[in-house]
Amino acid sequence: MILATLGPFGDAIDFIFHQRVSQAGTVHVGGLAEMWDLTYTHLKLALAATLIATALAMPLGIWLGHIGRYQFLATSTSNVGRAIPALGLVVFFIAFLGVGFLNVCVALVLLAIPPIITNSYVGIRGVDPETVDAARGNGLTERQIALQVELPMALPTIMGGIRISLVSVIATATIAPLANVDTLGRPIISPNVYGTAGQLAACIVVAIVTFAADAAFAALQRSVTPEGLKLAERGRPAGRRLAFLSSKRSIQTS
Amino acid sequence: MQLSVVPLLIGFVVATALALLAHRYSFLGPVFLGFVSALFTVPSIAFYLILLNVTGRGYATAVVVLTAYTLVLIYRNVATGLQEVPQDMVDAAEGMGLTRRQILFRVELPMALPTIFAGLRIAASSTVGIAGFAFFAGAGGLGAEIFADPTFRGNVVAASVLMILLATVLEVVVLAAERAFTPWERAVRG
Repeated sequence: MILATLGPFGDAIDFIFHQRVSQAGTVHVGGLAEMWDLTYTHLKLALAATLIATALAMPLGIWLGHIGRYQFLATSTSNVGRAIPALGLVVFFIAFLGVGFLNVCVALVLLAIPPIITNSYVGIRGVDPETVDAARGNGLTERQIALQVELPMALPTIMGGIRISLVSVIATATIAPLANVDTLGRPIISPNVYGTAGQLAACIVVAIVTFAADAAFAALQRSVTPEGLKLAERGRPAGRRLAFLSSKRSIQTS
Repeated sequence: MQLSVVPLLIGFVVATALALLAHRYSFLGPVFLGFVSALFTVPSIAFYLILLNVTGRGYATAVVVLTAYTLVLIYRNVATGLQEVPQDMVDAAEGMGLTRRQILFRVELPMALPTIFAGLRIAASSTVGIAGFAFFAGAGGLGAEIFADPTFRGNVVAASVLMILLATVLEVVVLAAERAFTPWERAVRG
């Protein structure tokens, strides 16, 4: 009864929970079972693409950041990546390689790589050089420095990059039905079967899924932040600034 | 084309206003940042279609969505740019007897310009990409060409290349504007 007052939104919410006859009257659509199926495929596709992209891009970004060269490569991938339209990229793969889970996945991996490379690079470069020198002075090998000193300190930034990728991949997986992969985009792309209620319902679910994934990742990001960094962050605003000001003052008076 | 430029301009004005407010009243900062980040998280296709039921089909819906996406990119950079102005400079300006308003417009904003323009550049190229989905809101654009027939390769390639070109051109325009508005940056480097 309350749903009726919400207009198209009430209808859409009803679609999520209850099955109904399709627009053409031939099959049943909607309901929790179908929405769950679509959500499951959607998440499977998005997570697979993000994981593969992370496995490829993170080590590369860390390595580039550690040796501190090819900055051009790390920053320009993200510039180029931003300019390439997501729609164009996915449809390009479908048009030239054909439909299927794997092809969409590859397109989404390409979409997810740039933010991860850039953030890994920037995160590693942002580690205090004195800390790295101290580690080197303590006799750590380059590999140990990269993995035991730089990586933990850069992890929040790196996770930030993966988070950006995950959110944009979930958003873009909406057009995967163009490649016959039935994600939550199916009702959006085929309103002639699912009706406008189904279209709107899928939109609402996609938005919820994205927010949930984003929130989950934010929690993960916090949990991997080394305790020391959190302490430094908390102690900074008052402490550091006061110290900075007082040192300045003493220089001026002398 | 129009779909990209109009949201950029509106987004720039709104985001800068928000950032200035947050700069003046610092407790607003986290609130605004949370709000614009949340807007950015909503998937674009869903955003278009949900708004469709509120504002109706067409151009206005697309502009609202695209503006919402530019907000976070521009806001974050304006806020960071203002924050990173060295405290010494503000102190010096204060010591020279400048009012708060003068400090903002003559010291802080000019110092923050490079960061602000960087945000504008990022917003420019990503807006073009998201505008590709604007046909879902019935606003046409290059995306409609791609979506009309995904198996027609010529169309897909042509529209994609045009979108990349448009993104690049917009970035170059912003870059040129940045050079024009911050002549002192060049003087420092040269």
